[in-house]
Amino acid sequence: MSGILVYSELESSTLGLLTKGRELAAGMGKSLVVALLGEGAAGRADACFAYGASQVYVGDDPALKVFQASVYASALAQIVERAQADIILTASTRRGREFAPRLAQKLSAGCVTDATGLSIENGRLVTERRALGGNTVSRETITSPQQVIAVMPKLFDAEPGDEGVGEIIEVTLALEPSATMLVERRPKEAGGVNVEEADVLVCIGRGLAEEGDLAMIQKLADALGGVVGCTRAISHEYHWLSEEQMVGLSGKVSSPDLYIGIAISGQIQHTVGIMDSKVTVAINKDKNAPIFKMADYGIVGDLYQVVPRLIEQLSGRASA
Amino acid sequence: MNIIVCMKQVIDLEKIRIKPESRQPVLDGLPVLFGDFDKCALEESVRIKEKQGGKVTAIAAGSAKLKDTIKEALAIGADEAVILTDPAFAGSDTMGSARLLAKAIEEIGEYDLILLGDGSADDYSGQVPPRLAELLGLPQVAAVRELEILEDRVRAVRDLEDALEVVEIELPAVVSVTSEINTPRLPPLSAILKAGRKPVHTWALADLGLAADSIGTAASTVEVLSNLAPVQDRKEIVFEDAEEGVAELVNALEREGVLER
Repeated sequence: MSGILVYSELESSTLGLLTKGRELAAGMGKSLVVALLGEGAAGRADACFAYGASQVYVGDDPALKVFQASVYASALAQIVERAQADIILTASTRRGREFAPRLAQKLSAGCVTDATGLSIENGRLVTERRALGGNTVSRETITSPQQVIAVMPKLFDAEPGDEGVGEIIEVTLALEPSATMLVERRPKEAGGVNVEEADVLVCIGRGLAEEGDLAMIQKLADALGGVVGCTRAISHEYHWLSEEQMVGLSGKVSSPDLYIGIAISGQIQHTVGIMDSKVTVAINKDKNAPIFKMADYGIVGDLYQVVPRLIEQLSGRASA
Repeated sequence: MNIIVCMKQVIDLEKIRIKPESRQPVLDGLPVLFGDFDKCALEESVRIKEKQGGKVTAIAAGSAKLKDTIKEALAIGADEAVILTDPAFAGSDTMGSARLLAKAIEEIGEYDLILLGDGSADDYSGQVPPRLAELLGLPQVAAVRELEILEDRVRAVRDLEDALEVVEIELPAVVSVTSEINTPRLPPLSAILKAGRKPVHTWALADLGLAADSIGTAASTVEVLSNLAPVQDRKEIVFEDAEEGVAELVNALEREGVLER
């Protein structure tokens, strides 16, 4: 058994994983293949070849129409066996987190979810992930014959390879019908704020006195060409901002060029989401707040004095 | 409706200190508790029971401290608890934990619904619910933020990145919930006092008929190479005078090249 199999329901993640997979396959002397599931799967095979897959396994079945982890795990286990894969790479989306461990259990395999790093060390795959509530980074290696690794969805950028050709293998799947019935799908409001992709991210915490003051925070973000994010208190307790704007554990992870944390104490539950920012700034009236230890630059002061001044300076600079 | 809720005893993560030299977390002697997601799963179980009757059984695996920790679950409203304590369980990976819970659940026997948090407070891997569902041969739904019990099925709202999905699955099933589903109650004193009189069963390896090499460190499929705080390499230039600080900050950000031109 010696192959790397990539599967994700997201094409961007599939291609990113293939890009990384090329490096791993070369380094470990393994083949690199892809599984595509569902209607019209074969139509997506060419992109996979362009990104380095030598074979694309396609499978479709009515049971795959509505997502159920047990059915998807079963479909993938059948393809894994057919492809003789021992490393299964997927993306740690909500769906990925649901089927990857179930697939691992079917294979009696070890699994790592939410991996933030993946490399070869002494011939073994080593993953990194946050542990102890975000306090630490755990470096782990899976010791079972097969392994399932779900990496953060945008961890690897997609870059096409040189080959571009491969073989499509159709797999006849034997699946139980899905016990899940889809009643309704409600898309989340688009036009929302994308904190994950922001170049500049201004985050506000519990120290904001009232909802109306968000206008001031937004004005600062506008002056910097950025977006507004927040801690859990603001989105989930006060409901002043959308849950999509919550940064940290169980929220969004962002790696902006500039992060400004305002009235945020610096609890790990939030800071785990901004750890990879290029430059970090903290504004807090408590000079002992832990956020200052994570800041390149800090200002000790009341946000209601500092932020307006900062906006003024920034706009003065723009018109100068 | 008989509901089993699986909970994990974790150390109080807010109390972790990091040794500055070695970046090692100091974990010894820290208090233990149940994580927020787990408490949401419990709260949801209790609310369902209060509406339609039935029984809530809390299961937790961990150290002997569970004898105390479990009282909170009983005070919130579990009717009964099973605690799984044995040195042989230590060092289990998620597969070991799922095996242990599956075995205990089979032992309990009667259930309609199994509820868990969508991830533990410490590792948040989210692996135990799907693994448990696989071992028990049950359908599952994860990332659930609303749950409604219909006759022989549940209607769940699954929270995806770009959409909410309303699904129905047949019972019995494994459902894992996010913290949006409810706000766990703070039990009143009377409930805390009553908790001490509720039945707590303690099961060890021998009670479960599990092979010693199927759980614990020996069966773990994941080897931890290191577990250290990430390197924080920040400048930590802090201005204590707000007015001067703002001017200095803008200059610094300009030098860093992070301001829009």
